[in-house]
Amino acid sequence: MDVTKSKAQADFPGEIHETAGGGIVLSKLDEVINWARSNSLWPLTFATSCCGIEMMSVASAKYDFSRFGFEVARATPRQADVIIIAGTIVNKMAPVLRRLYDQMADPKYVIAMGACAISGGPFFYNTYSVVKGADHVIPVDVYIPGCPPRPEALLHALITLQGKIKAGLTREQIKETSFLNP
Amino acid sequence: MLEEIGTTAEGDLIINVGPQHPATHGVLHLVLTLNGETIKKVEPHLGYIHRSIEKMCESLSYRQFIYVTSRMDYLSSHINNHACALCVEKGLQVEVPQRAQYIRVIMDELTRIASHELWWGAMAMDLGAFTPFFHAFRERETITDIMEKTCGARLTMNYMVPGGVMAELHPDFQKDVKNFIQLYKSKFEEYNELVTGNIIFQNRMKSVGYISYADAISYGCSGPVARASGVHCDIRKLYPYDVYDKVVFDEITETAGDSYARYIVRLKEMQQSIHIVEQLIDQIPEGEFQAKTKAVLKLPKGEFYQRVETARGELGVYIVSEGGTTPYRIKFRSPGFSNLSALEHMVKGLKIGDLVAAMGTLDLVIPDIDR
Amino acid sequence: MLNEELKIKIAQLLPAIEFEEGGEWLNIHVPSQAFRSLIVSLRYDAGLDFDYLFCLTAVDWKTHFTMVYHLTSTIHRHHVVVKVKLDRNNSEIETVSDIWRTADMLEREVYDLFGIKFLNHPDLRRLIMPDDWKGWPLRKDYEDPVNMIKL
Repeated sequence: MDVTKSKAQADFPGEIHETAGGGIVLSKLDEVINWARSNSLWPLTFATSCCGIEMMSVASAKYDFSRFGFEVARATPRQADVIIIAGTIVNKMAPVLRRLYDQMADPKYVIAMGACAISGGPFFYNTYSVVKGADHVIPVDVYIPGCPPRPEALLHALITLQGKIKAGLTREQIKETSFLNP
Repeated sequence: MLEEIGTTAEGDLIINVGPQHPATHGVLHLVLTLNGETIKKVEPHLGYIHRSIEKMCESLSYRQFIYVTSRMDYLSSHINNHACALCVEKGLQVEVPQRAQYIRVIMDELTRIASHELWWGAMAMDLGAFTPFFHAFRERETITDIMEKTCGARLTMNYMVPGGVMAELHPDFQKDVKNFIQLYKSKFEEYNELVTGNIIFQNRMKSVGYISYADAISYGCSGPVARASGVHCDIRKLYPYDVYDKVVFDEITETAGDSYARYIVRLKEMQQSIHIVEQLIDQIPEGEFQAKTKAVLKLPKGEFYQRVETARGELGVYIVSEGGTTPYRIKFRSPGFSNLSALEHMVKGLKIGDLVAAMGTLDLVIPDIDR
Repeated sequence: MLNEELKIKIAQLLPAIEFEEGGEWLNIHVPSQAFRSLIVSLRYDAGLDFDYLFCLTAVDWKTHFTMVYHLTSTIHRHHVVVKVKLDRNNSEIETVSDIWRTADMLEREVYDLFGIKFLNHPDLRRLIMPDDWKGWPLRKDYEDPVNMIKL
């Protein structure tokens, strides 16, 4: 399924009826909330190794990510929405990552950036200290391959995450709705 | 971790800085013992990015282990690869063609400029100035674009191999580098206007984090950290490798030994690096870019040590070989490890803001320390 | 000083030293009982002045360990490599962290990865691995079926 082509891809999710004296917008509350959330995701500055430099490049002026709403990069997890795991996770760091994820407030989303965060990457064989994939520790929504991925790949992943939120397909949203339809 | 935090018997506070912290440039965990805001003890806890590189290299062949060393100190990735290639060539006794030597030195110096640019932007951001970060990345993007046309990657480029370099230069390389040199020379006034001459910046950096000449040697400091205290330790001058003995450049030393001196040493090193590139870019000789070596390399039995000067200091590659196709033991002597051991000595008795300033000028890259 | 002159000077300090041939720097093998006094003379004797310890590591040779110290002098610009052979089951050696302050963290790293104990070290504990890790990872007989996936 192609998550970027959802009907909420227009400027505003809903139907606009032009009437005299303004207009009426008709929409579902869920779609409006998803639209608002996806356009204002604040990332947590979490960079362990080399992919962190590509994330800093995306934050700087050439491949700017603040035009997509990721302007305010917070240092504390309590004020962040999305955590971009950029770098290798090792056995000593895994409890720290888990604690950061638990400290984030709902709704929260996770992007695994780089080969190390997806599956251990170049450090898969013959290492005694690397966790073979960040999804052994926390649930991940978007995976970005590359070692390190180009800044454009990270931008593509951010846009994909926004599309997933608008379509209601992130792990957060599936968890919420499964309460209603057990 | 959690059980250490609290107060000691004398009423001192013990707090954590990191491992996830915007000012530590990576995953460094410092446990500070504070009396009010004055630091009494700093204890670094390492290992949050220990990827067991030394053990992994014991099962990789001599051509394969070089890609992993790019990821150790990823800001000077060309220089790391250069060190490993030189150490393997020392064992194989193979002669590297002149063209490859010139290309290697030009790439090294461009990497050094890119690394110092990122250091400058990140350090200014730590002290609260957000604008220099964008200026620094503007220059850095120009350099990585030049390298990407030749090497194929922006950050971890495995371009140096035992015997030379992996591929021929892109036809635009000389023109791009010459344009960059013209552009770059005018940037130093901009940097000095923006950050160096600022009175708040100077007050935060002068007399902060002092380390003396004898202590710098005893703590094993190298690179700009030691040169700011007056130690002459530039490996490019003392034990030159490739074509460093044919270029004319100054070794920058200061005597003050504080954070401001380390800052000035790095700024002047950027100027010297662009001077070296300018001398070499028109002199690249024609010829082969890689010496002929066998497909499967076997080093003879023995030990080989190679020292190079990365952007952080002296990197040492120590290979113990038993005659097989994989190394028996590899040790990487990392510059950040020894520079970090001097941190406690530098900041005892100062305030937390001074710790951030001193740590910024040490230019630590944590995967280099933990390997 | 050149390697030949260094050889003569060091042999005067301790006649029981063996020199290893080959290699670009002078390699000397020291028995572990005589190690501490030799190291102090290497550091403080006039004419030797090895004030910069730039690499401290250990190599596991399956039957024994070898500690390797790379020293250089910033005054005379000469190098020496000191090697000490240690018994595998009882691997202990004196610390040099009071002579060169850089050895403090370097020796902790060797203890963490190999299990070699350093006598009189101010604070010998694990540095890189988690505090409750069992085993010495860089030894050749280290097995870890849970974490290590062998190719």
